[in-house]
Amino acid sequence: MENPFIVRDCALIAIATGLRAQNLRELSNRIREVPPACIYYHFWGGLLRAKFDDPEFPNDFASWAQHSLHDKRLAERLAIINPLEFENMEGLRRELLEVVDERLDELDIPPWVETDQQFHFIRTQIVVFDTGMQVPYPRELMGRIQSFSLGSIFYHFIDARRRPPYKIDDFSAWLETFDGRYADLARSIQAIDPYFTNLHVLQSELKDILDRHFQG
Amino acid sequence: MEEYLERYRSIVGDAVINHLRQLARPLRGIRVVHVNSTREGGGVAEILHCLVPLKRALGLETTWEVIDGNPDFFEGTKKMHNTLQGNRLSIPAPMLKNYEETNRRNFERLEGVLKEADIVFIHDPQPAPLLGFCENRRGKWIWRCHIDVSRPHRPVWNYLRNFVSPYDASIWSLSSFAQVLPHPMYLIPPSIDPLSEKNIDLDPSELEGAYEKWGLDPGRPIITQVSRFDRFKDPLGVIEAYRLAKEFIPLQLVLAGSGAPDDPEGAEVLEEVRIAQGEDPDIHTLLLPPDAHRSINALQRISLIVLQKSLREGFGLTVTEAMWKEKPVLGGDTGGIRIQVFNHHTGFLVNTPEGTALRIRYLLRHRDKLHEMGKKAKDFVRQNFLITRHLREYLTLMIAVTHAATDRIELEG
Repeated sequence: MENPFIVRDCALIAIATGLRAQNLRELSNRIREVPPACIYYHFWGGLLRAKFDDPEFPNDFASWAQHSLHDKRLAERLAIINPLEFENMEGLRRELLEVVDERLDELDIPPWVETDQQFHFIRTQIVVFDTGMQVPYPRELMGRIQSFSLGSIFYHFIDARRRPPYKIDDFSAWLETFDGRYADLARSIQAIDPYFTNLHVLQSELKDILDRHFQG
Repeated sequence: MEEYLERYRSIVGDAVINHLRQLARPLRGIRVVHVNSTREGGGVAEILHCLVPLKRALGLETTWEVIDGNPDFFEGTKKMHNTLQGNRLSIPAPMLKNYEETNRRNFERLEGVLKEADIVFIHDPQPAPLLGFCENRRGKWIWRCHIDVSRPHRPVWNYLRNFVSPYDASIWSLSSFAQVLPHPMYLIPPSIDPLSEKNIDLDPSELEGAYEKWGLDPGRPIITQVSRFDRFKDPLGVIEAYRLAKEFIPLQLVLAGSGAPDDPEGAEVLEEVRIAQGEDPDIHTLLLPPDAHRSINALQRISLIVLQKSLREGFGLTVTEAMWKEKPVLGGDTGGIRIQVFNHHTGFLVNTPEGTALRIRYLLRHRDKLHEMGKKAKDFVRQNFLITRHLREYLTLMIAVTHAATDRIELEG
């Protein structure tokens, strides 16, 4: 077992920042000042918390624009932002501001919401820990993937993209270390769009891809 | 002790239980104390009855202490509770003095346990001043606020804030409930215990018995609201919605709740409900004892739809309970109901008796949809609002507060 896949796990916890926005101008101002962990939470935290409207509005900003501000144009533009394109949260923050500020330029009066519909900025703390589980060979991943916790799926498939070698999930990165023997499999895994789904579905998709590759 | 956690394996699956065990490993052996003001009755005690043994099962030396006080103390803290939720009452100075004095006395009794603990969880305002008496403490102190303090009566909040600001962290059920404090404010929604009397699966014979016991007709749809007789729960609006829907479909309504004899407003609202009910034999207003958990369980299970038509709500655990029993919920568009009820998925958010009646008719007309939404509701609760998720977040928080306050904590080995 020279190059095992070391399975890690994580747990996320949300922290209120106390910062809120009641109109689009305030949203823009707050986005400038909140910590990066806040941007992370509002783009990716939905995967690990209670949420039902994620397929349509994959980040909290888009969801708020649609359901609270009732600005469909803004909601659509925010929803299409792909956080996977950015190596770090600062790049993502700039893109987010670009969209919000562009919309502010188009409007004479910033749209606003009632008090109980304010946008609450939340940040995360993430605790990463070892599971003690190792997967010796890619074929064995097929049988093990279903026993991964959702925290492990999040850590290796989502969180991995903001760790070196950046913008790639841990499974593909591992498969690429086998001298091209699993290049097809790695490509199939990389083709999964993790953004419009939930972790249960992601886990099933990974399982299906592994089954197809090893069992035909 | 281990078995206590294992009982949940068949409900939440191996991955969740294993995840909890691994997460708890670095916390094994630490001393944790929870402090609240009652052993029985109320949501906090219900959660602690379950959470404390679960923490023990994971190797954390966990104890639960209850502060005591005279009737004047509890009257004062009840007033405080109401004012923090928005009632504009003033609390007399002697009552506040008694509040502080009662906490000092309780601290003297609990000093050893509190000083030795690695982590102390203080629940709600009643025991909040304890921290102020604990000089040279070694542990981290966390204030757990279970109530909605989004629009408090400011003088009372300013008074309480002096006691809770020095804590190392606080926990809130929703971000919208929180006031800004100078420490990390963690967000942990509450949960239900699927193995408690209120939520455990019931034998079909017990459900049949419930029809008979409450004089309900198994042949006609039953809709139910379980809640205190409180104007914020809008029982009169529920009766109005039932009447509007009944013009189109045969229907029975159950309004079930417990009422404290010393709650004058509760008695008043109950009287209003009875007047509104009139001679309608299909409206069943049930005043149940506070420990009637199994009866509530049965009533929720024999209902087709559960309502929680609140005008203002905390988290709304009755919604969670109903969803766990595969019932779509028609819930008021407020508070924690909003993060549980999703239109066309787990129920409908409603704003008026008319809207409620419309959704009742819709669901009773589309039974396949009703059952599909019920199943989705149960699954949603399984993933988000069971005690195991609550426990996971407590463990994560305990690791976080005992490590450097960074966004990312990587545990060794």
